[in-house]
Amino acid sequence: MQVHKYDVVIVGAGGAGMRAAIESGQRARTAVLTKLYPTRSHTGAAQGGMCAALANVEEDNWEWHTFDTVKGGDYLVDQDAAEVMAKEAIDAVLDLEKMGLPFNRTPEGRIDQRRFGGHTRDHGKAPVRRACYAADRTGHMILQTLYQNCVKHNVEFYNEYYVLDLLVVEEDAVREDGTPYKQKRVAGVVSYDLASGEIHIFQAKAIIFATGGAGKVFKTTSNAHTLTGDGMGIAFRRGIPLEDMEFFQFHPTGLAGLGILLSEAARGEGAILRNSEGERFMERYAPTIKDLAPRDIVARSMANEVREGRGAGPNKDYVLLDLTHLEPAHIDAKLPDITEFARTYLGVEPYTEPVPVYPTAHYAMGGIPTNIKGEVLQDNDTVIPGLYAAGEVACVSVHGSNRLGTNSLLDINVFGKRSGINAAEYAKTADFVELPEDPSAETIAMLDVVRTGTGTERVAAIRSDLQETMDANMQVFRTAESITTALGDITKLRERYRNISIQDKGKRFNLDLLEAVELGFLLDLAEAMTVAALHRKESRGGHYREDFPDRDDANWMKHTMLYKDPTAETEGIKGIRFGTKRVVFTRYEPMERKY
Amino acid sequence: MTASTAEPASKVELPASVGGGGEIPTFDVTLRVRRYNPEVSDESHWDEFKLTMYGTDRVLDALHKVKWELDGSLSFRRSCAHGVCGSDAMRINGRNRLACKTLLKDLDTSKPITVEPIKGLPVEKDLIVDMEPFFQSYREIMPFLVTTGHAPTKERLQSPEDRERFDDTTKCILCAACTSSCPVFWTDGQYFGPAAIVNAHRFIFDSRDDAGDMRLEILNDKEGVWRCRTIFNCSEACPRGIQVTKAISEVKQAVLARQF
Repeated sequence: MQVHKYDVVIVGAGGAGMRAAIESGQRARTAVLTKLYPTRSHTGAAQGGMCAALANVEEDNWEWHTFDTVKGGDYLVDQDAAEVMAKEAIDAVLDLEKMGLPFNRTPEGRIDQRRFGGHTRDHGKAPVRRACYAADRTGHMILQTLYQNCVKHNVEFYNEYYVLDLLVVEEDAVREDGTPYKQKRVAGVVSYDLASGEIHIFQAKAIIFATGGAGKVFKTTSNAHTLTGDGMGIAFRRGIPLEDMEFFQFHPTGLAGLGILLSEAARGEGAILRNSEGERFMERYAPTIKDLAPRDIVARSMANEVREGRGAGPNKDYVLLDLTHLEPAHIDAKLPDITEFARTYLGVEPYTEPVPVYPTAHYAMGGIPTNIKGEVLQDNDTVIPGLYAAGEVACVSVHGSNRLGTNSLLDINVFGKRSGINAAEYAKTADFVELPEDPSAETIAMLDVVRTGTGTERVAAIRSDLQETMDANMQVFRTAESITTALGDITKLRERYRNISIQDKGKRFNLDLLEAVELGFLLDLAEAMTVAALHRKESRGGHYREDFPDRDDANWMKHTMLYKDPTAETEGIKGIRFGTKRVVFTRYEPMERKY
Repeated sequence: MTASTAEPASKVELPASVGGGGEIPTFDVTLRVRRYNPEVSDESHWDEFKLTMYGTDRVLDALHKVKWELDGSLSFRRSCAHGVCGSDAMRINGRNRLACKTLLKDLDTSKPITVEPIKGLPVEKDLIVDMEPFFQSYREIMPFLVTTGHAPTKERLQSPEDRERFDDTTKCILCAACTSSCPVFWTDGQYFGPAAIVNAHRFIFDSRDDAGDMRLEILNDKEGVWRCRTIFNCSEACPRGIQVTKAISEVKQAVLARQF
């Protein structure tokens, strides 16, 4: 076991992690730990753009962007955070341009902008051109640009170091009102070097979690195989709450049967969704902005078309994304990658044939609760000093119950930067927290259990069953019955997980072991999502309960907070305590969400 | 849920082909994988796996089927599974490709499909190679925008034509398919290799950048662009369709045209 000491340790090298590293690396001794090589992260799969009210092509301002974000999130957005994001979006885009990002340009040489779902002028009057983009590979360009700047600033990376534990200690403390409580503090992280199988402890004054999402709890997903919710899982196991886990975004246009993302930019550039009868069905569900309604609405509308028998294809189980009325040259210039995906994976020629699409699990709105500085909260009011989170792993909450397209690339840049600066500044004045005795004991014990297990269950089979039940019961339409079914299945899968064995017993690149550990996180998170979904008896944003089809502000205008607590029970699940957190309002009163 | 109005939506006639297709057929393939695990043996060997796969399956799906159902010790890198992260470059039937972008039905499935690690980089285990020498070359060409003078308050201006000039080389995902397909790189590991040159090209031809001369100096080295023998393996290997050899030629011309 080796021990390393850094001022700041960043876990994850996607957009949020590297944006943080660029700031932190110039201010404090910083290490980035990543289970993948840096440019492999799923930020690179983002396509359509990053919104900022630059007003380069038409009138726009950050206040409209804030409103769209709040309304898009069905008013569960913390408005102070949305304001910060929309305001700082402009500098975030300009920062990236100065770092070298090759944005598409207007004839005048300015950054070009295009339309995107839910982004409107003047509080919903019409779609606005707000998304700054680089063809349909904006995420790729962001990831490459951030890595390039990490190279420029000599950021220190530990590649293929898989962080498995966060070292948390608790101290007795007293609140202002005199009540005693346990203050959590972080001492470091425990990581597993995939190449050697060795454990490395990283002691740090400040730690930033930027580990991304957990889309692999679902079967049909746009997410990478590696998006297994490790950061959320580690934090949850260490007593840190998870916020708003019931809200998961299903992106409307995944390639049917495969889940591979086709950007909303396609619809931004004029593509139209059609059912088997050739109808532009979004005219019925969102008469004003039609195909450019927010993702939750479009995804549900598509699923409803299929459910009512108007799906296309031999099994009538998808709808069609029609680009055939667009000029091929325009498609080539603006949407080259996604049209190639349709050709490569489905053998469909988008110039002449509509592309089969169906909603695909895309993005976790919930995650580790933070404030607008990126500081992680241990409860509604208490910050854990030195612990930060940014990007999909975190819940600020700028996305509320439904994220608007492009706002994730924005989120990672704005809050990645904030976390990086704040963590480094914190580390300048703070001392190291002493490592707990035998800091890797629990991690080593967990790995040994997996490595030496002699059970009869296979990791892949359990994972596949988990994904099946989540797709069947926790997708765009949910009921108490379907959610309870999922919960029952997860409980059984947890039993089976105790009886696994893996075949690779070696130390070197033991990815068999890695997948088993990842499955443990997936099970924890699927359970958290499901418990939260059962608890929230209303429909809002990405969480749609057919047994409670309306938004219920009187009872549910509040964030969900889930805590791991051995003594508690929520919705029949032992070990999870339920809490709520107030939604922050600044200037927008909740209104009915119509498009 | 119900549609908010009962108005009929505008509609078009769909082509007759939509809705056809029927069930996706299955087929049998044999996957022949080069295995190597220095914890077990210093020698590599071939393992064969017989699999039943579906019409839309890729080589990556076949590898997963092996790992998840037959032999959990089979080791390979992968992440996004649709050709954008660059993790799973490997030699498939003797050609460098991404496993997640290679459909089985596009290969000759009557013969075993061979899968090996990419060449020229040290093999760590099975299909996993040490990527460090590759990234070292990348870092040496200064792969970041360098500007002089005052930064403008807003964005730097760049015409669409100037932006288009280096568009092709911005697509690179650093998968190493090009570099590890290059016979020069196989015999001379010091050669910068196509990927590093592609990434230098991306900045040399960016109108905003001021360090082109420094990069050309670096690539004028004996291990630089002049090692390229215009064999075109790299262009054929690139899963992103970058015209790699053309980019290298443009860098060569820039070195020659440079004012000394």
